[in-house]
Amino acid sequence: MAKVTFIAHDGKEHVVDIAEGWSLMEGAVKNGIPGIDADCGGACACATCHVYVDPAWTASLPPIADTEEAMLDFALVTAPNSRLSCQIRVTSDMDGLIVRLPASQH
Amino acid sequence: MSERLIIIGAGQAAAQAVQSLRTEGFSGPITLIGDEAYAPYQRPPLSKAYLLGTFARERLFLKPDTFYRESDCSLILNTRVRAIHRAEKTVELPDGQRLPYDKLLLTTGTRVRELTCPGADLAGVHYLRSIADVDGLQAHFRPGARLAIVGGGYIGLEVAAVAAKRGLDVTVFEAMDRLMARAVSVPMSEFFAAEHEKAGVILKLRTGVEAIAGQGKVERVRAGGHNYAADIMLVGIGVLPNDELALQSGLFCEDGIVVNRSGMTEDPSIFAAGDCTRHIGREGNAIRLECVQNAIDQAKHCALAISGKPATYSEVPWFWSDQYDLKLQIAGLARSGDRIVLRGDPAARKFAVFHLRDGIVAAVEAVNAAPEYLAARKWIAAGARIAPEKLADLSVPLKQMT
Repeated sequence: MAKVTFIAHDGKEHVVDIAEGWSLMEGAVKNGIPGIDADCGGACACATCHVYVDPAWTASLPPIADTEEAMLDFALVTAPNSRLSCQIRVTSDMDGLIVRLPASQH
Repeated sequence: MSERLIIIGAGQAAAQAVQSLRTEGFSGPITLIGDEAYAPYQRPPLSKAYLLGTFARERLFLKPDTFYRESDCSLILNTRVRAIHRAEKTVELPDGQRLPYDKLLLTTGTRVRELTCPGADLAGVHYLRSIADVDGLQAHFRPGARLAIVGGGYIGLEVAAVAAKRGLDVTVFEAMDRLMARAVSVPMSEFFAAEHEKAGVILKLRTGVEAIAGQGKVERVRAGGHNYAADIMLVGIGVLPNDELALQSGLFCEDGIVVNRSGMTEDPSIFAAGDCTRHIGREGNAIRLECVQNAIDQAKHCALAISGKPATYSEVPWFWSDQYDLKLQIAGLARSGDRIVLRGDPAARKFAVFHLRDGIVAAVEAVNAAPEYLAARKWIAAGARIAPEKLADLSVPLKQMT
């Protein structure tokens, strides 16, 4: 279990517990976090679960894979700390993780 | 007084509609009626990771239980609606109870097309549509078991890939002369055929199943004039729209519930979204789509219309399939007569097939090539015209195509 904070574009914070082995996206969707659409359900097929990882955490997350990087090219307003939350598998090391949501996924 | 909404059918479109209705400010009570035992869940993983056993059941659900409570949405599960009474605006449940509605949304989805040959009702003949179907199939997925798959479409091939990985002996019977003939181009069919054969799957093309035989359960399949031993069968020969309730209530249906571009049926109180609808596609012709994209986008449009803000549906359809380590991503609807342009080398297991119609990008099929897929989605939506030589040239970056 890891406690993850999602900060919406308007600044509103949502803190949720996510089971190990789940993706960050699933944790967000299952907890009803607005701002993560995840239309494809985590198949890395839609780029609608884009998040910005807090700078303190970017180095400690698993590295970005080619497909994810390629998909991110097509997400709106990306930054060096952009990730697709469906591709981040939650581990207990991620307890305290903070991610921010973009204004829109579409 | 706020309006009462009833949604019939608890799948992807229903879950999206509840969410979008609340986002759009619809404030009336919502009742969601489904005939399965579960709240809305994702079907795509059923024939992939869930069957493989790497995806736990609780991960399938689209929304947490609290979502429905917080959305003031009552769930009525295990319930098949008996009738829609349009004149009195009620929905009749199996026990005769009639629930009143002001607005009704039909997201009834599809059901599997069943095999009709002799022996089709034998034990061991499986279909794959629901959680219960996969759970029933799971028990028979033992290494060495002989699995006969009828239909070389998405479902049949995704199951073939999982089964091969789990050590079953797999044979696929396909009546057409190539795999996924309805969904992909010839080069793509040929690529996937080679991949399945590499994994040890036996493909029998141009081979329709004529009969199934066995003592109380499947033992032999007769196809193309030959007998094949089988322990278990999986049938994936397409789906049919669940439009009977609509039809019986007098709504216009034609292989699907006919809706306009905002998702409304001919009855201004009744809307429909997802696989069960026949709607006007981007190209102006009436189509029925079976995909997550259409379920989500039509549900959003229905939510807008029900909330008094109708918008025109003209989204680019997209689809995907996972087989082995191959991710097939498709956008747009190809047509025979399209000019086909290959970018990349199938031997590298990373390539895309573009479909140009009158010089304009109309569709793409991409294998392990997400950038091509996403770029094409944008080009299709924009009606981009790109020279075929340029598209085929890997030295021209995607961002410099238009």
